[in-house]
Amino acid sequence: MHTDTHIEIDKGVCIGAGQCALAAPGVFTQDDDGFSTLLPGREDGGGDPMVREAARACPVAAITVSEG
Amino acid sequence: MTETEPVAFPQDRTCPYHPPTAYDPLRATRPLSRITLYDGRPAWLVTGHALARELLADQRLSTDRNHPDFPAPTARFAAVRNRRVALLGVDDPEHRTQRRMMVPSFTLRRAVELRPQIQRIVDERLDAMIAQGPPSELVSAFALPVPSMVICALLGVPYADHEFFEGQSRRLLRGPTVDDVQDARDQLDAYFEELIDSKLKQPEPGGGVLDELVHQQLREGVLDRQEVIAFATILLVAGHETTANMISLGTFTLLQHPERLAELRGDSDLVPGAVEELMRMLSIADGLLRRATEDIEAGGATIRAGDGVVFATSVINRDEEVYPAPDTLDWHRSARHHVAFGFGIHQCLGQNLARAELEIALHTLFDRLPTLRLAVPADEIPFKPGDTIQGMLELPVTW
Repeated sequence: MHTDTHIEIDKGVCIGAGQCALAAPGVFTQDDDGFSTLLPGREDGGGDPMVREAARACPVAAITVSEG
Repeated sequence: MTETEPVAFPQDRTCPYHPPTAYDPLRATRPLSRITLYDGRPAWLVTGHALARELLADQRLSTDRNHPDFPAPTARFAAVRNRRVALLGVDDPEHRTQRRMMVPSFTLRRAVELRPQIQRIVDERLDAMIAQGPPSELVSAFALPVPSMVICALLGVPYADHEFFEGQSRRLLRGPTVDDVQDARDQLDAYFEELIDSKLKQPEPGGGVLDELVHQQLREGVLDRQEVIAFATILLVAGHETTANMISLGTFTLLQHPERLAELRGDSDLVPGAVEELMRMLSIADGLLRRATEDIEAGGATIRAGDGVVFATSVINRDEEVYPAPDTLDWHRSARHHVAFGFGIHQCLGQNLARAELEIALHTLFDRLPTLRLAVPADEIPFKPGDTIQGMLELPVTW
């Protein structure tokens, strides 16, 4: 169940490459400083199958996806 | 890994869109091989995709080229290794500070906002090319001016100076002599000194990235002049040369694959995936450099502290375990996760901008000129040697 998905973004590690937002634009975006952030209401990934792809695309492994 | 004779690195490509045939033996010894650099120094060559992602993200590998043990691929590189290089030449935590200063100007959103401006530049260049041709030389008429104009607008560098900085960038990246490279750095330094002075005299800052660096970071003492110049140099040089090479080599590759080109023309939704696939296939920055700062166990071997480590992106991006039939262009494969933009903290800052430029430039070029073709036989067209960013030296076309 996607509602059990938990996405963690380590902003101390994020380099603002934007690859998460490119891979899963329905879940991730970049804030004004360029750092990865989750779109409002999409904190659980919204069942988007591209969430794991976004985590894999991150060049610095700043995104952790876990199932509750 | 298997023990074999070290391969000399880098070498020239035989076909501009395939890795050098001399690298073929490296595929059999993935993920790690031994190479010999131009000065006879041995180094490690990473050739496997999974190991490349692991090691490019490993901060025990340094990009500080000022260190005497840093591997040099050419005498030209060695001659300017003591110079300061922003972003790509510094490790964390200094790198993080620099990157964070730049990130807001290079986000995905910023690249989307720049699309209409990029489209306008592309249209104007094609109008001019069409008015004067056919035939035309595509590198000077289109592939180089488009990214050059885009990066000038983004940075706040006057495009009127393009012949100067394009020429110095060319000397910086290709020489031919060591003196060329040193002099090109000196000339660019002097040019940016003057540009900083003129920006400081402006009562209101312009809208470019350099205007912001000068009016904020420099004035507030966050950056000194040398640091601003180092930023300006890497952003300007990396911002136009690389994309220009992808446009020229991408066009050549498409013209050599008429079926793939026809498929792409028939469905513009394929364009973003095609750009990723071209990035993977062409791997124009072929030989990313690092130095191990500690012993690292990797790929069944021990990389010792002080060893040079080189990443052959052209071989890594053709790892069969990730990309079946890796030598074939395929718009429908998932080419994402290629390392053509690098990986880890130094992954290309301008990648979102580069994707936008490539999508617009290639799509519009073939849309406006459906009969575009080479004006001379393919094997007569010169391309760049293996010791620099890969691309076409010239691209004579007609339509």
